Amino acid sequence: MLKLITRHGLTFIAIVLIGGFLAAVLMRLAPGFDVDEQQLDPRLSSQSIQALRQARADQDNIFRFYLHSLQRAAHGDLGSSISLGQPVISLLRERAPLTIRLVLLGLLMSWGFALALALSGAWMRVAAYDAFATVISGAFLCLPAAVLALLSVLWNVPGALAVGLIVFPKVFRYSRNLLDKAYGLPCIVMARAKGLSELRILLCHVIPIAGPQLLALAGVSVSVAVGAAIPVEALCGLAGIGQLAWQAALARDLPLLMNITILVTAVTLVANSGADVIGHLLRGREA
Amino acid sequence: MNLWQKIACGVLLGVFGLSLSAQWLAPAGYAKQYREVAGAPPSQQHWLGTDDIGRDRFARVLYGTRISLLLAPAAALVSVLMAALVGGVGGYLGGFWSRGAMAVTDLFLSLPWLFLLITVRALLPLNVSPMVSVLVTFIMLGLLGWTTAARVLCASASSLRDSDFVRLARASGIPAARVFWVHVLPNLKPVLYAQFWISVPAFILSEANLGILGLGVAEPMPSWGSLLKELEGLVSVGEEPWKFVPLALLILVVTLFQTVLSKQDEVAA
Repeated sequence: MLKLITRHGLTFIAIVLIGGFLAAVLMRLAPGFDVDEQQLDPRLSSQSIQALRQARADQDNIFRFYLHSLQRAAHGDLGSSISLGQPVISLLRERAPLTIRLVLLGLLMSWGFALALALSGAWMRVAAYDAFATVISGAFLCLPAAVLALLSVLWNVPGALAVGLIVFPKVFRYSRNLLDKAYGLPCIVMARAKGLSELRILLCHVIPIAGPQLLALAGVSVSVAVGAAIPVEALCGLAGIGQLAWQAALARDLPLLMNITILVTAVTLVANSGADVIGHLLRGREA
Repeated sequence: MNLWQKIACGVLLGVFGLSLSAQWLAPAGYAKQYREVAGAPPSQQHWLGTDDIGRDRFARVLYGTRISLLLAPAAALVSVLMAALVGGVGGYLGGFWSRGAMAVTDLFLSLPWLFLLITVRALLPLNVSPMVSVLVTFIMLGLLGWTTAARVLCASASSLRDSDFVRLARASGIPAARVFWVHVLPNLKPVLYAQFWISVPAFILSEANLGILGLGVAEPMPSWGSLLKELEGLVSVGEEPWKFVPLALLILVVTLFQTVLSKQDEVAA
């Protein structure tokens, strides 16, 4: 177990560091990065323009630029947003609670809908019901996430529901397949034939079989929900991290975007690694 | 091919044919502005009405469909080729190469897809000509969307590496590159086709998302994303349904039928 956690921890650090470096490289190479609008001010003297250029000189070397950013980050300084003129750390602190609430509620709803449909389908085993559930999830899967977000604005429903509906078809498809496979196993057929209640079959036989894979799916669904937060927050006017990322992208506020990218990468990795470790724990207990 | 797949094929060909004949069905083009009937409801002259600056919405949908249906497969082709290169070659070579390919794939997959797209799009110039914006959007989709396919291809190539016929070919002294090209790659074709068909609807939806967020195809060039951006100005869906319902239905039908078609290749793979 300790080995697994250490491996995940090292992978996490490596991916965040490499991801951060790649983000810094892309940011540094992005057209217009080394140009400061202030340099175009006709009132500035040549000495002032030279001083502005000098101030950006340490950003010429990508490695030095990244190391400098890391050093500052270690002291809690994530730099300042160019477009909003505020420290990045305070922007993230202000907006994180809303995004966390949105993502968690969205995940809760999507898993609720998906498991309810998948379980009832697996219990009933009626082709018409299965087709109905497939059409419902297919319709949500084939609509762009941003359209669902806009419809939630027009119909005045909470943004969390839009996130839930974006994540729902992905969770439903995989969970239905997993549950179908589990309910088709001979041990479950035998349990039914012996007259065990459906609830007992689910809790004692199906969940232990499908549980680890459902947990892995839960980890992946966090990533989908975080991705869904961008269009939902941007189009529903919710001041969260997704909206911040969208505003940073439109304003080409690269320092802010780099920090959000690293933060989101870290959250996604923690969710996936957490699901993997818990799944491993469950499998170990079963064995 | 079952009945649903035949229907899907027919509908997709029909939509594609309609979009290709846009210059005959809407000869005025997508940018012509009928200032006297700006914001008009559907009529005999303008089947889906006009937008707020008087452009024929039907013409824009046709031209937008052409862009989405031509360029999403092109982007999917780029992504599948990249996946074959990274995942296929990595899986075939095994060891360090396979682990390296998967590490790069994991790095890309650690960021949600839409986040990755908007981050990379923001790094590129936003104020570009419409044609450049179309190319930038779809090339970016192609260059970033290879990761999931690479994982699948790496696993398939790994299993092929240990198969008898590949071992025999290697033992006969055939160079590794030739073994890959002549023996491994043809056997990866079903997986490549499946990944291609899975990528097309995903790219269409991604372009639509980017377009609505203002990071996709630039005006006046129409695309499904930029056309859906009009939704932002709506007060209610029921009020002016022609602005939104036909296009949403078109996207729904096209992506749904492409998903139906991709199922056949998935099963074959």
